[in-house]
Amino acid sequence: MKNNTIIEIRDMTKTFPMGKTKFTALRGISLTLGKGEFTGLIGPSGSGKTTLLNIIGSLDSPSSGEAIVLGQSIGALSAKEAARLRKESMGFIFQSYNLLSVHTVFENVEFPLLLLKKNSAERKKMVMDALEWVGLTDKTRSKPPHLSGGECQRVAIARAMVKKPSLVLADEPTANLDAANSHNILKTMENLNRELNTTFLFATHDEKVINYLRRKIYLLDGRIDKDEVIEQETALISDHR
Amino acid sequence: MMKTALKLAYRNLIGAGLRTWLNVIVLSFSFVVIIWLKGVMVGWDLQAKTDMTNWEIGGGQYWHENYDPYDPFTLTDSHGPVPPEFGEEIAQGNMEPVLVVQGTIYPQGRMQTVAIKGINPEQDIFLLPTHKLDTVVPAVPAVIGALMARNLQLKRGDYITLRWRDKKGTFDATEIHITDIFSSNVPSVETAQVYISLETLYDMTMMHGEATLLTYRNEAKERSEVDGWVHRSKEQLTSSVDEMIKTKSVGQSVFYFILLLLAMLAIFDTQVLSIFRRQKEIGTYVALGYTRREVVGLFTVEGAMHSIFAAVVAAAYGFPFLLWQAKVGWTMPIDTSEFGMAIAQTLFPVYSVGLVLSTVAIVVVVTTIVSYWPSRKIAKMNPTEALRGRIQ
Repeated sequence: MKNNTIIEIRDMTKTFPMGKTKFTALRGISLTLGKGEFTGLIGPSGSGKTTLLNIIGSLDSPSSGEAIVLGQSIGALSAKEAARLRKESMGFIFQSYNLLSVHTVFENVEFPLLLLKKNSAERKKMVMDALEWVGLTDKTRSKPPHLSGGECQRVAIARAMVKKPSLVLADEPTANLDAANSHNILKTMENLNRELNTTFLFATHDEKVINYLRRKIYLLDGRIDKDEVIEQETALISDHR
Repeated sequence: MMKTALKLAYRNLIGAGLRTWLNVIVLSFSFVVIIWLKGVMVGWDLQAKTDMTNWEIGGGQYWHENYDPYDPFTLTDSHGPVPPEFGEEIAQGNMEPVLVVQGTIYPQGRMQTVAIKGINPEQDIFLLPTHKLDTVVPAVPAVIGALMARNLQLKRGDYITLRWRDKKGTFDATEIHITDIFSSNVPSVETAQVYISLETLYDMTMMHGEATLLTYRNEAKERSEVDGWVHRSKEQLTSSVDEMIKTKSVGQSVFYFILLLLAMLAIFDTQVLSIFRRQKEIGTYVALGYTRREVVGLFTVEGAMHSIFAAVVAAAYGFPFLLWQAKVGWTMPIDTSEFGMAIAQTLFPVYSVGLVLSTVAIVVVVTTIVSYWPSRKIAKMNPTEALRGRIQ
């Protein structure tokens, strides 16, 4: 695995038992992802993009093949090791924000730092920095039920970014947002990607998101259909059929 | 991780608002009621033993070997010379001989069997108003208990006929004058007892220098057995109170169990509902770096924390209530004089630090167990399904 390779997947398959049969969500997936990429897994519902995202996020493990994320083989990790990997090196952004509704904005963003046992002063500085990135420093005492959808997702981004993770996984981050908010969110994530060199991996079928991606991995029926890198004016297309 | 769990649990509980406080109030009620009731039992125990000490048994007794307080037929033979080894103690007033003889009184033409108790009028081991036995009246001065006075419609100043048998078995009778009526919480001291001067009883029965009971003041002193006499320590004499309290405690324990069960049911239901509703949140915790076991720990701590909050709330309103109860007591809603046991009409609860701490500990432990039980389900949850909010 090269030094700037964040993710390396080799011939990975994922099946789920369904009664007496099995459902194959991913078939023979192979891909690599480098540091600082702004990449999306694109495909219709049932194409396997969320399953792939979950495996990369160590929330699930492959049925066969190998998935190496940040130098660790996902299939070989214990529950404790997987939790540590997520705690130290990954951030998650979900479609429905998944904020803790009884906690304030500050407390929501602070949560990952509590797990990392940062002291109070450090936590305060890091949280305020993260909230500044997303433009919500005036909302620290607000609670999610009192925020708009866009604001909630920005809080989720701040929470994902507060510990400056190596990898951020975003599953349909704009699905519950209107166009204006979607563009704001994507712009924010793009800026963070460029400024902090954090790798972003999206699972999406939203055109608004797709237009921001610098690499597009198309999934169809559990396989990679197309892997397209957009480098400024240059388009690199490879056919994985 | 424990510190983080405590912090998060606290935030989650405070954030849940009314849901939390309703459970907390119910649980706090359990605390206060359990401590109060246990305090009443301890107070009753203490009160009964104090009353028995003050009115009936002193620091302990020696019984004549034939004496059985539950068998009046033994009274005829249960008397003997006071052992000389007790002479000094008696002279100092730290031991009092009591002679008990069977007799009969005839108030208003009725007949009532009584135990005639001869006692030193100057004694101060018992709270009995024996100094009234020194009164100069044209009959034998006697004091009786309020219970008997009420039952036989006797009052101070009444003259009644008393019949007895002397040492040789000869019947004799005289008039007694009720110089005082006393009220204690010990029915065995009041019911069917007539107290007269010991010297007078000696003259009546010709049993000079004899006694049925020897009551001493100092319970700490080492006591040895004496020929013809059986030593009864204070612990032995108050064992009936302990047995009675134990019996009552069993019933009370059932009550505690039901009370705790109801409170725990509320906690259990809250936990089950909480885990069901918060599956997405559970998935989020796992995604952010908690293991499932740690999330189980978090929910257990949350549930257990209800009991800590409840202890604080209980202290806020329970403390003044329990203090007030200790001061004014709890007056029994029914007449306790007919119970036949040493129980005052008003019971004063007695609390100890040990009582409070043990109650808190029991409730906290039980709440923790009840909170953990439904939380185990979390360990079996699939985090990817939980994140989607899919019911598992």
